[in-house]
Amino acid sequence: MSQRNRLASGGRIDRSRTLKFTFDGHAFEGHPGDTLASALIANGERLVGRSFKYHRPRGIVTSGPEEPCALVQLRAGARQEPNTRATVAELFDGLVATSQNRWPSLAVDIASINSLVGRFLPAGFYYKTFMWPASFWEKVYEPLIRRAAGLGKAAMEPDPDEYETVHAHCDVLVVGSGAAGLAAARAAGAAGARVILAEQDFEMGGGLLLEPQHEAWRRSMLEALSAIPDVRLLPRTSVFGFYEHDVLGAIERVSDHLPVPPDHQVRQRRWTIRARQTVLATGATERPIAFPNNDRPGVMLASAAMTYARRFGVAAGERAIVFANNDGGYESAFALQDAGVAVAAIIDVRNKAKGADAARDRGIVVRLGSEVTNVHGGRSVSGATIRSRNGGGERTIDGDLLCVAGGWNPAVYLASHTRARLRWDGGLSAFLPGTPVQAERSAGTAAGVFGIARCAADGAKAGLEAASAAGFRDSKAFDLPAPDGGDADPKVEAFWEVKAKGKSFVDLQNDVTADDIRLAHREGYTHIEHAKRYTTHSMATDQGRTSGLLGSAVLAEARGETVQKVGMPTYRPYVTPVSWGGFAGREAGHHLAPVRRTPLHHWHIRNHGIFLETGLWLRPLYYSATRETGWDPILREARAVRQNVGICDVSTLGKIDIQGRDAGTFLDRLYTNTFSTLAVGKARYGLMLREDGMVFDDGTTSRLSETRYLMTTTTAKAAEVLAHMEFLHQTVWPELDVRTCTVTDQWAQMSVAGPKARLALQGCVEGLDLGNEAFPFMGVGDARIAGCPVRLYRVSFSGEMAYEVATPAGYGERVWEAILEAGKPQGIVPYGLEALGLLRIEKGHVAGPELNGQTTAKDLGFEKMMKKKGDFIGRVSAERPALVSPDRPRLVGIRAVDPSFEKRLRGGAHLVEKPDSKKSLGWATSITRSVELERWLGLAMIRQGPERIGQRLYATYPLKNEVVEVEICSPHHVDPENLRVRA
Amino acid sequence: MLRINCPFCGIRDEAEFKFGGDASVKRPPADAGAEAFYLYAYERDNPKGWYVEWWHHVAGCRQWLKVVRHTVTHDIAQVAKAGDAVSVPQS
Repeated sequence: MSQRNRLASGGRIDRSRTLKFTFDGHAFEGHPGDTLASALIANGERLVGRSFKYHRPRGIVTSGPEEPCALVQLRAGARQEPNTRATVAELFDGLVATSQNRWPSLAVDIASINSLVGRFLPAGFYYKTFMWPASFWEKVYEPLIRRAAGLGKAAMEPDPDEYETVHAHCDVLVVGSGAAGLAAARAAGAAGARVILAEQDFEMGGGLLLEPQHEAWRRSMLEALSAIPDVRLLPRTSVFGFYEHDVLGAIERVSDHLPVPPDHQVRQRRWTIRARQTVLATGATERPIAFPNNDRPGVMLASAAMTYARRFGVAAGERAIVFANNDGGYESAFALQDAGVAVAAIIDVRNKAKGADAARDRGIVVRLGSEVTNVHGGRSVSGATIRSRNGGGERTIDGDLLCVAGGWNPAVYLASHTRARLRWDGGLSAFLPGTPVQAERSAGTAAGVFGIARCAADGAKAGLEAASAAGFRDSKAFDLPAPDGGDADPKVEAFWEVKAKGKSFVDLQNDVTADDIRLAHREGYTHIEHAKRYTTHSMATDQGRTSGLLGSAVLAEARGETVQKVGMPTYRPYVTPVSWGGFAGREAGHHLAPVRRTPLHHWHIRNHGIFLETGLWLRPLYYSATRETGWDPILREARAVRQNVGICDVSTLGKIDIQGRDAGTFLDRLYTNTFSTLAVGKARYGLMLREDGMVFDDGTTSRLSETRYLMTTTTAKAAEVLAHMEFLHQTVWPELDVRTCTVTDQWAQMSVAGPKARLALQGCVEGLDLGNEAFPFMGVGDARIAGCPVRLYRVSFSGEMAYEVATPAGYGERVWEAILEAGKPQGIVPYGLEALGLLRIEKGHVAGPELNGQTTAKDLGFEKMMKKKGDFIGRVSAERPALVSPDRPRLVGIRAVDPSFEKRLRGGAHLVEKPDSKKSLGWATSITRSVELERWLGLAMIRQGPERIGQRLYATYPLKNEVVEVEICSPHHVDPENLRVRA
Repeated sequence: MLRINCPFCGIRDEAEFKFGGDASVKRPPADAGAEAFYLYAYERDNPKGWYVEWWHHVAGCRQWLKVVRHTVTHDIAQVAKAGDAVSVPQS
């Protein structure tokens, strides 16, 4: 029969509509307003999962986000979502859910053998068992553990849905929409504060949803709140973290209750909320009691059984046994009885109970001073063994539902995130939020206040206080529910565990038993934080919300101390699991990072540029319209530069405009060499160190006027160099009259290089004599190309005669094309990053692999650039003995002895004296095929490198079994006399 | 997430800033010697409590700010311009 446990009436479900869903392939029906859990219960499904470690059968334990057991795989395909709590998954038509952690099926699970060998899997078994041999970890243990212990499975396809992030500010954030939360939001909203009210459930009301007599008040409050423009109601929104400076994170499940998000709607939305004041009206969670086999499907928190009856109109069983240490259990028992569930007995650990007479009047057997010592049934509860705590025999009670009422844990998690200390309440035997540290206050049940009327009054007071603290002092009064005297006394007898034979679980999700906690104590893990980590107690996704305190209580007993002395492990975000999608928001795929394109980007695309991401930049590696492969296009472009002329986009170079009377002095202190003596209209190569003496960056800097310089940096270090300059100017030398500004994006810059570069440019440059005497190497001058203003720098990275042409970014393409047109007779070609790299390696110019943060100026052969007079960054530290030691690896060139491309050299290869030697003398930093020498060559850092010039060594690359004989040479493979650049 | 009250821009999110380390160290004079520069480059206190540190407002005014922050509570007692003196709370 469909929905055989659905009650004939009652509940907040829409019985006029039926929703179809499947669980493990079986078709079921439910109604709008159901959760997956309530619908499964309605259909009599008890067994919904297998436990993490022992693969024991597990059922639904709670009715909310604290659920430790009913974790299912929701949806299928790309949208599948593992470890979804069935208790918060809203039912929708066509929902597909499957159980997890079972093989081959839920009913027959082979790994439940773990349960039989459980004594070999004690607490800390990971640390004890899988330690040796070390090689077994990767090959044997890890795959084994992953298969056996994994819960759900993530989708292997990309998530087809979109997520977004929202930033919000408010005066008062109210978390939770029970009686306290509604009243707090109303009080603050009426005072004129901007209010956000976040509720994790899909229906606003919290505990009010179980109280039909307060439904009118709930509705009137929601209507009133909706009418206040500055109050924002956020249902389906879990506040997951309370961070420093009153910033809170929340996740709104916008479309999780739909099969597929509607068009143009996101699946989830993550909120970053900056709240001036926060009211935490987060309620409380009922907690279990530890007793043997307290994990059997059908053992449920009493309040959850009541919730299923009252809110969802389902009977969680036919015959309930209630096990309680407080009056709340009676309230649940009566609610179940009112819903038509037979109550077999109330087992109360106390000797006196206020509700006992009322229960007996209802015909319910009450056994005071008693406890449950065992649960019968495997995949479903069939009864329980009970006994008197004062001695006497055991007896058995039949029943298919065991409701446990162990007291209440106020939801102190968010308050704890703020480092507010917890305060012990002896009456509740629970921790309450202590003195607030940030601008927050707890209200209602979260603060230990019980009963609808009292919670509403407490919430209103908190809302007023919060609004007032945020500067909104005049509020308007509104009706609060009248006390009806029917509230159960929340006081509990501090009773945590029944001492009887069998597995008594304190953490259902991670399969931690009371004995595990005691074992941890015996083995020296006596601090709660250590016991937690050793046993994994309260470390699962439910964060021990139901049973965390239970573990502390068991540990307290072992230590012979009070629970409050033992305390709780520190609560940290996240209160509730948050999907990766929610964190990523829109910053997924190619939106993960911004993309930087040069002003010439579209020309490169039109002309067959093959792109590479370098940092954030997209740069053309080479250009190829045909099916050239491998090195062919790179060698072709590089040969064109060596033989004729090429043009390369170098717009990504960092460019910093430096102005002021002290600009020259500033640069003298930044660079190892001197710039204050540089003539106007000249460029100079500069080297920068860090304060620890290592090389930081290099580049050419030009003097544009007496008080103005233009610095170029490497592409990679542009932002760092600017920040470095700002730091030094603002904090170390504020007296210098100098200003800095990045102009990287303002300029398109292109290098025109090759023996015919001058000829090519003479065909298009106007207003500047490019003759070698008029415009020599390292000259800087302004001119026009195709009517556009350009600045020419006669600098070279390739080792050929070269000019860098800079023009305002918007003119970039026009100037580039004009140069290409003018250079046609010389055979000009565009060249990309690969050829650029090939040419600079041949020339022996250093770049990223050599400027790796571990090399000194001397290591790189730049010791002559270290000026003798005057201070500069890194001067003193660079002279430390270890940094000037002759044994340091120093820059040299290496080239393959074999004049062919047969045996490949690789960057990262180690240089050794004999082919099979393992004693490294250094390593190859940059390697290329050479167009000049037609063989493999490159740069290397080798101990006593310069002294070894002329020697032969072997470049060994053991990962690929490659050994290549090389000759050590000057790093300047091309034109060591530097004649070409001056031609 | 820290909220830093930039003296030039107002209260801004930590995400706009980059941490710059200990602001109590001072670059020694050029002739101070290797030991002084060694201490400047490497030696840092790691206090539990109040700490004066640099924060660079990279996505704002590009100013280096002195922030007096408590390393346990993340409370910020003062945010000052680079050249201004700061007072560190006693507790």
